[in-house]
Amino acid sequence: MDERLKVSLSGWQLDNPIIPASGTFGFGYEFTEFYDINILGSIATKGTTRDPRFGNPTPRIAECERGMINAVGLQNPGIDKVISEEFAKLKQVYHKQVVANVSGFSEEEYVECAKKMDAQDIVGILEINISCPNVHGGGMSFGVCPEAAAQITKAVKAVTRKPVYIKLSPNVTDIVAIAKACEEAGADGISMINTLLGARFDLRTGKPIIANVMGGFSGPAIKPVALRMVYQVYEAVKLPIIGIGGIACAEDVIEMMSAGATAVEIGAENLRNPYVCKEIIERLPSLMDELKIEKLSDIIGRAHQ
Amino acid sequence: MKERIQQYRIISNWQLADQVFEMELEGDSSWITHPGQFLNVTIDNAYLKRPISICDWNENGLTLIYKVVGFGTKQMSQKPPGTMLECLVGLGNGFTPEAFEEKRVLLVGGGVGVPPLYGLAKTCLKQGKQPVVILGFTSEKDIFYIKKFTDLGCDVKLSTNDGSQGVKGFVSDVMVQEGLTDLPYFACGPMPMLKAVWKTSNAQGQLSFEERMGCGFGACMGCSCETISGPKRICKEGPVLSSQEVLWTKD
Repeated sequence: MDERLKVSLSGWQLDNPIIPASGTFGFGYEFTEFYDINILGSIATKGTTRDPRFGNPTPRIAECERGMINAVGLQNPGIDKVISEEFAKLKQVYHKQVVANVSGFSEEEYVECAKKMDAQDIVGILEINISCPNVHGGGMSFGVCPEAAAQITKAVKAVTRKPVYIKLSPNVTDIVAIAKACEEAGADGISMINTLLGARFDLRTGKPIIANVMGGFSGPAIKPVALRMVYQVYEAVKLPIIGIGGIACAEDVIEMMSAGATAVEIGAENLRNPYVCKEIIERLPSLMDELKIEKLSDIIGRAHQ
Repeated sequence: MKERIQQYRIISNWQLADQVFEMELEGDSSWITHPGQFLNVTIDNAYLKRPISICDWNENGLTLIYKVVGFGTKQMSQKPPGTMLECLVGLGNGFTPEAFEEKRVLLVGGGVGVPPLYGLAKTCLKQGKQPVVILGFTSEKDIFYIKKFTDLGCDVKLSTNDGSQGVKGFVSDVMVQEGLTDLPYFACGPMPMLKAVWKTSNAQGQLSFEERMGCGFGACMGCSCETISGPKRICKEGPVLSSQEVLWTKD
């Protein structure tokens, strides 16, 4: 372990800022067939809902240039099984805390999941995905409206002592307004960005490739959008940011931290190269030497200096 | 810890039938535990890898048979012998013929579902089984590997949809005509074929499914399907599922 890579999220010390993103790493233990996952800063676990979900019909995946669209639809066994089975399996091979990603379709669902996650020692921070449609609010995503984002933040904060990070959707008019609303509502940090809505169509049939038509676009192609948004939100709020979007190599980590991220999540790249997080952690010290960076924590938000 | 991304040298790469190619690779095959497993081929300038089933293997390497259906497989077909192919290996569960006590078993393949049945036929023979093989193709121009199966000593039957060779119709028609509906079966091919085989047979079997995949190793849940025993990932708990757990939720 290299001391120069250490960062801290809301008082939680991470050995390095590298966190596989929710939905691209299962519940973590699957990756032990590739490397020792204890080298990671942390793991953002698969988006968990109150009830078990199969998710969307297949096809759920469409390849794109420098990225992919997924419409998995929050497939997960539901919070009780996540805790009793998935976390139990993870604890056998992983000895750090996780970023527990939680989703919901109503305020009550977020609250119920947050309460249950709060009781788990393995949970370091709660990451609240507000990109899901609000079934009681006409199906519009909680994440597109500052009031709804604040409402969920407040409700979750009221039932947990763990740091609460709100994961923001980029599919909004003004992401800064939403980040500010979360900060005012008591959020401890921001995770950003979730996927960009996209679609692809089959050239022969003209029909959508994804059964659900639309899905979340991720991969290196979205990196400039993520960097821009992290930069804007860093300017506007005082909260720590977990930077997410298109990170595929150690250079991308430096760039994202310069824009304002304290740690990063790596998503789609895990799916095309299961070793990528390990490779980045191993590469960072020599890259820092080349760039004359003494400690990674020194460069957080240096774009703004 | 074993490096799961392997480099293979292409020994040969030639066209077997219309749009169908056979590629022989030299390199690690020690990860293969069952016929019907697959690997994920890295494609230059493409974001995702391409899942291709293993046709055959020995201690020196393995054989892939693939159909050119798009950018990735086209690029594979243009790779000359001597060049290298990068693959993520060790994927999928594969067929388990040892799960059946019966000596006579039925292998049913359609189109590019045929290749994994070749390695399966060899495994069956090694286990002292007598495989009856039904191969189905769209038309004469699509046929491949009949002689390879007969050379192994398998009893091979052929159908084409247009009747240009063999029985006119579907593999399930051959099952009925030849009285093969009571044999334990192993099937790989397009979804309508799998469904027809499953419906036609009175016996239990194992079916290998295809789905659009993201990662190929169970991380993204892109290829999940619903089964009687809960959701399964085609790439991880599959691609081979038992006939007793299949739920036909889509065509």
